[in-house]
Amino acid sequence: MADPQHTQTSSQAGWIGLVPAVLSLALFAAFASQLPAIAAGDVQRLVWEWVPALGISLSFLLDGLSLTFALLISGIGGMVFLYANTYLAGHPQLTRFMLFLTGFMLAMLGLVLADNLIALFVFWELTTITSYLLIGFGHATENGRRSALQALFVTGAGALALLAGFILLGITAGTFEISALMAQGDTLRAHALYLPILILIIAGTFTKSAQFPFHFWLPNAMAAPTPVSAFLHSATMVKAGVYLMARLYPTLSGTDVWFWTLTIAGAFTALFASVLALRQTDLKQALAYTTLMALGTLTLFLGQSSSYAITGFVTFLVVHSLYKAALFLVVGCIDHATGSRDAETLGGLGRAMPVTAAAAALAALSMAGLPPFLGFIGKELLYAGILALDAKVLIFAAALIASNVLMFAVAGIVALRPFWGRAHGVPPRAPTEAPLFMLIGPVILGALGLMLGLFPAGLQTALVDPAVASLLGQDTKAKTLTLWHGVNLPLILSGATIAAGVMLYLTHRPARAALVWLDDRTPSFDAGWDRFLKGLKALAAWQTRYLQTGVLRNYIAATLATVLVAIAGTMFARNAWPQMPDISDASWPLIAICLFTCAGAVMTALTSSRIAAMAALGVVGIGVALVFIVFSAPDVAITQLLVETLVVVLVAVALLRLPLLDQNGRDTRPRDAALAIGLGATVTAVILAVLEAPLDRRLTSFFETASWPEAFGRNIVNVILVDFRALDTFGEIAVVVIAALSAYALLRATSPAPNTPPRDTPTRQIATPSRAERSNS
Amino acid sequence: MNSIILQVGTRYLAGILILFSLYMLLRGHNEPGGGFIGGLIGSTGFILYALACGTAQARAALHIMPQNIAVAGLGIALLAGIAAALFGDALFTGQWLFLNATEDSKGLPLSTVLIFDIGVYLVVFGAILSIVFAMEEEI
Amino acid sequence: MEALLALTIGVLVATAVYLMLARNVLRFIFGLVLISNAANLTIFVAGRLTAGAPPLIPEGAKAPVGEVANALPQALVLTAIVIGFGLFAFALVLMFRAYTHLGTLYSDDMQVAEPRSTASTPSHLTKDTQMTERPAE
Repeated sequence: MADPQHTQTSSQAGWIGLVPAVLSLALFAAFASQLPAIAAGDVQRLVWEWVPALGISLSFLLDGLSLTFALLISGIGGMVFLYANTYLAGHPQLTRFMLFLTGFMLAMLGLVLADNLIALFVFWELTTITSYLLIGFGHATENGRRSALQALFVTGAGALALLAGFILLGITAGTFEISALMAQGDTLRAHALYLPILILIIAGTFTKSAQFPFHFWLPNAMAAPTPVSAFLHSATMVKAGVYLMARLYPTLSGTDVWFWTLTIAGAFTALFASVLALRQTDLKQALAYTTLMALGTLTLFLGQSSSYAITGFVTFLVVHSLYKAALFLVVGCIDHATGSRDAETLGGLGRAMPVTAAAAALAALSMAGLPPFLGFIGKELLYAGILALDAKVLIFAAALIASNVLMFAVAGIVALRPFWGRAHGVPPRAPTEAPLFMLIGPVILGALGLMLGLFPAGLQTALVDPAVASLLGQDTKAKTLTLWHGVNLPLILSGATIAAGVMLYLTHRPARAALVWLDDRTPSFDAGWDRFLKGLKALAAWQTRYLQTGVLRNYIAATLATVLVAIAGTMFARNAWPQMPDISDASWPLIAICLFTCAGAVMTALTSSRIAAMAALGVVGIGVALVFIVFSAPDVAITQLLVETLVVVLVAVALLRLPLLDQNGRDTRPRDAALAIGLGATVTAVILAVLEAPLDRRLTSFFETASWPEAFGRNIVNVILVDFRALDTFGEIAVVVIAALSAYALLRATSPAPNTPPRDTPTRQIATPSRAERSNS
Repeated sequence: MNSIILQVGTRYLAGILILFSLYMLLRGHNEPGGGFIGGLIGSTGFILYALACGTAQARAALHIMPQNIAVAGLGIALLAGIAAALFGDALFTGQWLFLNATEDSKGLPLSTVLIFDIGVYLVVFGAILSIVFAMEEEI
Repeated sequence: MEALLALTIGVLVATAVYLMLARNVLRFIFGLVLISNAANLTIFVAGRLTAGAPPLIPEGAKAPVGEVANALPQALVLTAIVIGFGLFAFALVLMFRAYTHLGTLYSDDMQVAEPRSTASTPSHLTKDTQMTERPAE
């Protein structure tokens, strides 16, 4: 699972990664400059018309929530770019990587800033695609390809549901503008379509944010290079789902369905993921599962409506992004320096990598929720939020506390043991301190966790208050972020969490062994995914085999049968069968012509002599020409006769080189005959039914009266062709030219295969001469 | 087919057919006939010629490759249609010029409609001949 | 009169369909010619039949004298015949080329693009879907 080969030296770090780093830091500065305005309760919109006919505009909204995300994305992005420039230094595809990552960052910023559902969806899909490219950056490995495809399929399928949900929501509300939707929450929640909208949108957000049971793609996405994991799969992209639920919180939340779905899924994901996090020995995998836990927690809190819960949500969002990005980057440093990420063997790295160790400690203490870090404040708020629930749902509080205990232990395993614990093996390379540019990110992010914990007031006014206002409205005040609330229930629970966490950390080796034993004996979602894909493939193969037989006759039969059922079925349903035809008015010459024609047709169908078939075809053609003559169509009759002659000439020429017709033996004779007679009878019935209806001669009358005075022609048919309907005729002669040129090209471009096959025993003998052979002959 | 009688006879017959095809083309606006029929008759003449004397001779007599004739015909028909736009009418509207017109007769009518019909003639003529000649030669 | 022609068209369609379902593509082309004829006749009959009165305007008159045949379907059928011929010629050449390249006139045996295999999974399917195959772990 090592990252693609990269050289160790930082001296090779090029300038290419500095461009997006500068770009994102400039964006960060630009967003930061909006902080005072947003903190003052201002909301900024920027609108371009995009598809006005569909009510789609490219509009952006900057409020507390989107500003919080935008700052996290651009700020963490800048550090990740700096980090990746060194981490992947010398990688042959570094430029491509930077392009993908920049594309992702811009798409993500678009996503959190978009104020139009459709624009948001477009950005959403852009993050899916760039994420696919980034996970599959190591596409040389089978695992990289599989993980990338899995992430694409799961999030892509969710996105389809999301699009459907958006369209339903937009149609129901009459607007795609999110800022306009916020005001319609009450009507939408009472609408009959509320439930389908909610289900579809939640399907999209749960897949994106990897909520159980769609969680399995996220740990696999760790196949991406570590900077990607740090950026996409901890701080930003996976939070897109959470962001969207928060964005639509004023519109959709507050119902029982919302509460129970988010609470149950969130709580279960949090607990389930933190148990599995303890089981992992790969540091990155362990972090991936703790990310799942965080996403579950965030979802759980979005299900609530108390202002404690929402304040906890916003605070935990910021806390988690800071420490998780830092820890991923730290793991990258360890991997970069030692070539190993194995929690079992690594230890004692603190002496060789003191700065990395310090950054890791800062981040881990925030993750463990110890005072005076911001993580402690976040956890206190979460506890306060969960305790605000009814007593009968205390089970969720238990799940939250249990997962926090596990999180505490995992923080120790990931960030303390490799540096200060005892080594149980020797890593592939001797550890050295990470280069400067790889330390900037983790140190700043880790230090921020401490700084904001010590001085939470700035965070409170700048981000938390406006973001909470985005969710709950301007009237509801956020709860105060402070390290000391006095002795209350959350504080006691925190103490218990820390005590239990320490105990779990000390005993985590046997616990992990037990979890491995248990995990191996329960079915895994990952394997289920493979079974699902395999089944899908088998289904596709089966239906292809069944429907696409590769036999032309079956395709034609299916097409004709469809025509038959469609026409006859319609006539049957409408009871439009015609009267029995009256042919007593037919003259004897006409009867003779018709009999000749029919005899020729039947002869063509039944004979096995080529000459007889040709002659019979000629009989039919002349019979049809006679019909045209009898019923006053001289132009048509002449054309028909001439074309009939040409058909015979062409067939005669072609027959010189074609084998004799075989006996008309076929295995499907009854089916073919039934289809033929059925279609023939249906066509006759349709014509008879048409003839029963009166004829609309208005068009003909116009041509008759206008032909001479306006077009100076006495032959009405010709006048129609070359004057009234000249554009149609032009199209038709264009078709004739195309047909002739195609036939000509077909004859000329390829000369016959050298081995002309035997005449009478056509066997399956596929002779396709190579291009060189063809051009030679 | 090496019959001298057939070859000589066909040569005259083919000429007559070409003339007849032109007659059918020109009278088409008032009597049965027109570009489609004219083109078919004209191509029949050359096909007869090719059957009797070989496609090489027929091609020599024609001078121009038949597919070029077909595409040229398409171009002429298009130009006839576009000409209407130059006179400010909708595409493919007929434009007429009557030479020596008097009170009773319309004189010699010239029109873009006739040019269009000539284009149709050339398309049908060229398209059929290019297929038939190629088949004769390749098969 | 129309009814009689409707029956004739039915016979043409039936024989054409029977021919088009044959294995031999030469028969298919015969069927193509027949069904073109049937389609032309259908358009013609749908415009009703008038015997002995072609849609021509006599010298000196401004409009046809008396009831004349419906000109519109005639114009449609005329171009349809020529286009049908173009289609026929192309199909014939195509069939001829198929024969010289593949050595067969049987559509069942023309399998270059879509090879039919007797194995449980068609070979072209397994090849294309390999990408999603799970690594052998």
